[in-house]
Amino acid sequence: MEEVPQGCPGTGSAQAGRGASCQGCPNQRLCASGAGAAPDPAIEEIKEKLKTVKHKILVLSGKGGVGKSTFSAHLAHGLAEDENTQVALLDIDICGPSIPKMMGLEGEQVHQSGSGWSPVFLEDNLGVMSVGFLLSSPDDAVIWRGPKKNGMIKQFLRDVDWGEVDYLIVDTPPGTSDEHLSAVQYLSAAHVDGAVIITTPQEVSLQDVRKEISFCHKVKLPIIGVVENMSVFVCPKCKKESQIFPPTTGGAEVLCQDLKIPLLGKVPLDPHIGG
Amino acid sequence: MEAAAEAGNLAGVQHIILVLSGKGGVGKSTISTELALALRHAGKKVGILDVDLCGPSIPRMLRAQGRAVHQCDGGWVPVYVDQEQSICLMSVGFLLENPDEAVVWRGPKKNALIKQFVSDVAWGQLDYLVVDTPPGTSDEHMATVDALRPYGPLGALVVTTPQAVSVGDVRRELTFCRKTGLRVLGVVENMSGFVCPHCAECTSIFSRGGGEELASHAGVPFLGSVPLDPELTKSLEEGRDFIREFPESPAFPALLSIAQKVLIEAPARVP
Repeated sequence: MEEVPQGCPGTGSAQAGRGASCQGCPNQRLCASGAGAAPDPAIEEIKEKLKTVKHKILVLSGKGGVGKSTFSAHLAHGLAEDENTQVALLDIDICGPSIPKMMGLEGEQVHQSGSGWSPVFLEDNLGVMSVGFLLSSPDDAVIWRGPKKNGMIKQFLRDVDWGEVDYLIVDTPPGTSDEHLSAVQYLSAAHVDGAVIITTPQEVSLQDVRKEISFCHKVKLPIIGVVENMSVFVCPKCKKESQIFPPTTGGAEVLCQDLKIPLLGKVPLDPHIGG
Repeated sequence: MEAAAEAGNLAGVQHIILVLSGKGGVGKSTISTELALALRHAGKKVGILDVDLCGPSIPRMLRAQGRAVHQCDGGWVPVYVDQEQSICLMSVGFLLENPDEAVVWRGPKKNALIKQFVSDVAWGQLDYLVVDTPPGTSDEHMATVDALRPYGPLGALVVTTPQAVSVGDVRRELTFCRKTGLRVLGVVENMSGFVCPHCAECTSIFSRGGGEELASHAGVPFLGSVPLDPELTKSLEEGRDFIREFPESPAFPALLSIAQKVLIEAPARVP
């Protein structure tokens, strides 16, 4: 991936190729000719490539640290318990790739073959891909701006040889930015079942989740439902419940009622998972 | 240095501290808010710059949601959260017409707003400017460091939770700090254990020890462990002053020690 200039207006912008910051960019002529505004051919390529993937689910949250990766990993494991179900887990959190660690696959490498990148297989029926597998050291920071992250996501969707898959689960970083826009854009021709949105009970999470729901509506991504994570904590000694993240505004239950979205379930805090 | 001659809106800011984490949800905004409150109680004037454009949490934490941003000759007036005008705040949260509206911007647009937040907000005379960041090492972080660098040196507080999956991301954040020349004041371990209010048993819900190990591995000070306290969570939800209202909370000593460290060690701006 070539570096893009700092003030890049974006390839789809009316200023593409014409702005002051476009001077010297290797893609300047391409953008100025209007080619940048044409639909990315990768979208059709990805549609073709993912024809062998039956179901695609995005795991989202406006908020960080609510358990998207934990949920994605557990969902992948759960679906893969039936050895006849082929499951793929794609981690597009480029700056904070948690999935390799959660799946016990740290240090694994990605291999290239004639048909593309091979995912790392945890089980015969559970394949995983993450930028984490491309980093040589756990201290390596991925300090990339939006366009470079977008390029990586395009490659993950277009160049990974997933094979025949029943469920592709896409774990995302928090927010509503480049990674999310790119994932939705590149998957726009491939049918996406929808998004599962993860939250914790407190308002500081819910306020970000409302934004994520607004994002889904904006980009016409169906919402499968909301999962409330870290609902209650059950003390391992006295077995009494405590609410560590109090649902001061009614938690996911009220949010789902207000916005008429299914509440898929509530998951308690379990030190065996969190630890 | 041309930047020193044209310090503009940051001319009166004595210390700048970025609060960072590779990981989401570890408590950056919480620590930023509590640090600001503790510094205020130590008699300091504090500004908070919230550069989390997708998930701006700080307005609610200081009961400032829905406030309007006014203009003055020097640019935008930051929102004062108290009558004494000892804490002021700028956040994209104030610029949204509807609080549920998503800021769905790509990198370049985010970078442009962050530059404006740094140069076009009339911060005035501040002892400390605390910068709350989103998780990661991307556009917002690079734009913020680039925009603030002329007013350095810049200090950094890095927040983690104890478990490996957080420490894994925060190691990368420490690399970012090193590569961008931030002076790391230390690592804070948040959500360090929960004391059951019914039986007083302490459970390490998110594992234990990761923060201290990380600090040691990276060769930076370990500033302390802040335990989970539902009163702290509630205070932030309701925009209350936790430092004043809950001095007996198990979280209080660690938060105070972090503030002490900042008071003693934050690098001062080179005039």
